[in-house]
Amino acid sequence: MIPEIGHFALIVALFLAFCLGILPIIGAARNNPILMGTARPLVHGQFVFLAIAFGCLTYAFVANDFSVLYVAQHSNSQLPVAYRVAAVWGGHEGSLLLWAFLLGGWALAVAVFSKHLPEEMVARVLGVMGLVAVGFLLFMLFTSNPFDRLLPAAADGADLNPLLQDPGLVIHPPMLYMGYVGFSVAFAFAIAALLGGRMDATWARWSRPWTTVAWVFMTGGIALGSWWAYYELGWGGWWFWDPVENASFMPWLLGTALIHSLAVTEKRGAFKSWTVLLAIAAFSLSLMGTFLVRSGVLTSVHAFATDPKRGIFILSFLVIVIGASLLLFAWRAPKIGLGGKFDLLSRESLLLLNNVLLSVATASVFIGTLYPLFMDALGLGKLSVGPPYFHAVFVPLMAPMVLLMGLGPLARWKNFSAPELFRRVSWAFAGAALLALLLPLAMGKWTAMIALGLLLAFWIVASVLLSLRERLAGHGNFMKRARGQSLSYYGMQFAHLGVAVFIIGVTLVKGYETERDVRMNVGDTVQAGSYEFRFNGVTDTQGPNYVAGQGRVSASKNGKLVTELFPEKRQYNSSGMPMTEAAISPGWLGDLYVSLGEPIPDGNGAWAVRVYIKPFVDWIWAGCLLMMLGGVLAISDRRYRIHRKNTKHVSDKIGATNAMTLEGKAS
Amino acid sequence: MKYLLLLLVCLLPTLSYAGQATDMAADPVLEKRMIGLAENLRCLVCQNESLASSHADLAEDLRREVREQMKKGMNDQEIIDYLVSRYGDFVLYDPPVKRYTLVLWFGPFVLLLLGGGVLIYQLRKRKSQIVETKLSDADAQRAEALLNESPELQNKPKAPQA
Amino acid sequence: MMRFILPFVVFMIMAAFMYVGLGLDPREVPSPLVGKAAPAFTLPQLHEPAKQFSTQDMKGKVWLFNVWASWCTACKDEHPVLMGLSRQNIVPIYGMDYKDKREDGEAVLRESGNPYTLVVSDTEGRVGIDYGVYGVPETYVIDKQGVIQYKQIGPVTPKNLSEKILPLVKELQAK
Repeated sequence: MIPEIGHFALIVALFLAFCLGILPIIGAARNNPILMGTARPLVHGQFVFLAIAFGCLTYAFVANDFSVLYVAQHSNSQLPVAYRVAAVWGGHEGSLLLWAFLLGGWALAVAVFSKHLPEEMVARVLGVMGLVAVGFLLFMLFTSNPFDRLLPAAADGADLNPLLQDPGLVIHPPMLYMGYVGFSVAFAFAIAALLGGRMDATWARWSRPWTTVAWVFMTGGIALGSWWAYYELGWGGWWFWDPVENASFMPWLLGTALIHSLAVTEKRGAFKSWTVLLAIAAFSLSLMGTFLVRSGVLTSVHAFATDPKRGIFILSFLVIVIGASLLLFAWRAPKIGLGGKFDLLSRESLLLLNNVLLSVATASVFIGTLYPLFMDALGLGKLSVGPPYFHAVFVPLMAPMVLLMGLGPLARWKNFSAPELFRRVSWAFAGAALLALLLPLAMGKWTAMIALGLLLAFWIVASVLLSLRERLAGHGNFMKRARGQSLSYYGMQFAHLGVAVFIIGVTLVKGYETERDVRMNVGDTVQAGSYEFRFNGVTDTQGPNYVAGQGRVSASKNGKLVTELFPEKRQYNSSGMPMTEAAISPGWLGDLYVSLGEPIPDGNGAWAVRVYIKPFVDWIWAGCLLMMLGGVLAISDRRYRIHRKNTKHVSDKIGATNAMTLEGKAS
Repeated sequence: MKYLLLLLVCLLPTLSYAGQATDMAADPVLEKRMIGLAENLRCLVCQNESLASSHADLAEDLRREVREQMKKGMNDQEIIDYLVSRYGDFVLYDPPVKRYTLVLWFGPFVLLLLGGGVLIYQLRKRKSQIVETKLSDADAQRAEALLNESPELQNKPKAPQA
Repeated sequence: MMRFILPFVVFMIMAAFMYVGLGLDPREVPSPLVGKAAPAFTLPQLHEPAKQFSTQDMKGKVWLFNVWASWCTACKDEHPVLMGLSRQNIVPIYGMDYKDKREDGEAVLRESGNPYTLVVSDTEGRVGIDYGVYGVPETYVIDKQGVIQYKQIGPVTPKNLSEKILPLVKELQAK
């Protein structure tokens, strides 16, 4: 019964989405307030029915209803309840439902938090989101219904892939999807502006916070995914340039570009058509990611079970949504005005150069990911594009981008003088360069890549410090000046520092990682870096739905015990799949990482053990956290806040924004 | 059974000789070279994994093959050529620069030049097109003021299900 | 304005590629060995390990070289097709039991019939690597000069047998 209710709720949601996609948009075109007014109630209704559907599927999982095909395929009665809930999005059908549910949630948020946007704008934005929802719901109902019955019911389920039975993977998909789906808001704002034909700086200001929120979620989702790969796959890799990872990375890169170009558009009203195109492209890449993962056109470790029928459906959906958007763009964009003036040398130009670099970086990931498909489709043979390609192409594109990142926030809006800017940063750059050249020597190994990585990271740090000094140093009340800076200023600096911290993590772990792959008898020790690891044997333990051999490894430094680690080798009951659970002792300066290989045949309790020292590896994710924090700070800026008392501060705020144009006075 | 095992575990350290662990690989230097090479090679039977990290049977065999060829004194390029002659360019994660891969290898950099060129062209063009700068500046200010007068226009977005 | 339509054009080209891609199998790798001499090997026979078989013995004949194993499920689908082919006596099928225990391989042939003129066993999988085997079963058509003319990845089906393999065999035999 419950699954039927869920199925029915999906159908109702589809009907409401249809209405939402049609009525308000017609209303906005005819300036009919009644039709426009249907948008909000429809969004509320759509969300309620999607929530019911989502609740029903969750219930079917928690209650072990194996008469539902999807549940029988992705759950098992032994599965702990938390993972049964996570199993809702553990497969193709359920993750689509999550997509649709989150889309409904974002639409609801737009409806709730935009009470004072012009009515026709709201109607159009929600209408566009409704149209997107129609596509997803049709797709779900016609090709991938999560509520399909399995008759007769299975005695027990096939179990959730053990790789996914992990806290990190419980939250990774919802986070990532929040990002993917969140870009639909920026997309909807862009389409609404094109439909309305009125495009000014206010449009950029409205869509900016939404874009940033989506970006924050996406950053978190990608970071979680890579963190999961790090501790779950057993050898400490954290990014593989797999097509599925790339599918999330491309919209992230373009989203980053969008955030920066929205700044130019909001500030100067310039490059509006480019910004609109970016908003369309970022969401298109999110959709395309869905296609790539689910259609089977590319091979990936993470791909869902594929089905050509689904592929055709999503591709048609892509062509309709993206194609129509781009046609609309081609029709309306030529009429978009030019905006305010700024010089060739200005912060605006630097931001746009950043856009060029980020877009080209996105294109390179796109080319690399899809090249095997292009070759195959043209009958030119099969080839593989993997990490070596991306390292060779992506790094050279990112290095100038990071150099610019230090300059941008220091440059004036409208125009700056290059000699003056270079004079201001010369000491910061020299300091960063000196440190980057010398530090690897002190750490015992110097390579050009390490020095380059450190140079980029230190350069960002130095430029952030320089900017803070220019703004905050001087006589008088320091706190007052510190408080006088906008939150979005701090947000930007935090996000940029996040990139620096990330680069430090990547550089140092790549440069100074130690790895030992050894055969250990009980009591044996192995030296890795400055640590000594002692293997104290393996004992059997029992998990809720697996049995495991749990190793005990003690790590000591200079004869003193530092920590004990318990890596596991698990075997899951229902699938029989073996899993390696690495044991990690995290630290600011690096992780100790131990994973069990296989028992040595006839080895008297000896095991193959892998021991790693991963210096600074957690900085990779700390950097992502900082970027997210930066995003959160930026949207907390009072420009975007709801409060009525704001009116009193209008003049105050204009003062503050104007101050931004004056920043970068000589220190 | 459990107790027996525990007992066994307690006894084990005294039974076995405790000392330095030995490397899994007979020749760690060669192993390192093999892994370095295998990281850039694709495991054919897996979905998308390198030869170095795959547990598939064929990957183990190929690693053994690579090790043996290294012992025979073949250099990395010879080994790669051998594998390519068997499995095609598909095994290479690092596709060779050929006529058909020109777009792959140089496309991004061509795009970069193109993008930079278009940006500079556009910036120059629009600079010459915009004359009445003062006015548009004032416009911007007015828009700003308008926006700020109705503060609810800009709302703080929140996660849908916070 | 042409430049504003450019994104649409680029996207439609991408979409066309993806449409074509839907009909392709990204996991099927064509063998570079087609058109090249079949790698020579000498292996012990499955039924009589003391005896060796060498590709030298095949000079002047058109033959099928079929790689299979007792652990391979797709080989079971293929088995009846091969049985049928061997009854027709058109072309000799030589089998290679790949990465398998001798007893297991023999057991399969004993129970469900032996379509092969002769079977060799490649317990270590070395000859398999020489032939670029990555998914069992695989079947090679080798001509009188010892050149591989065709490679079938995955099970031989009645369809590709009658449409591809047999016409090719007849053509090669006529030469």
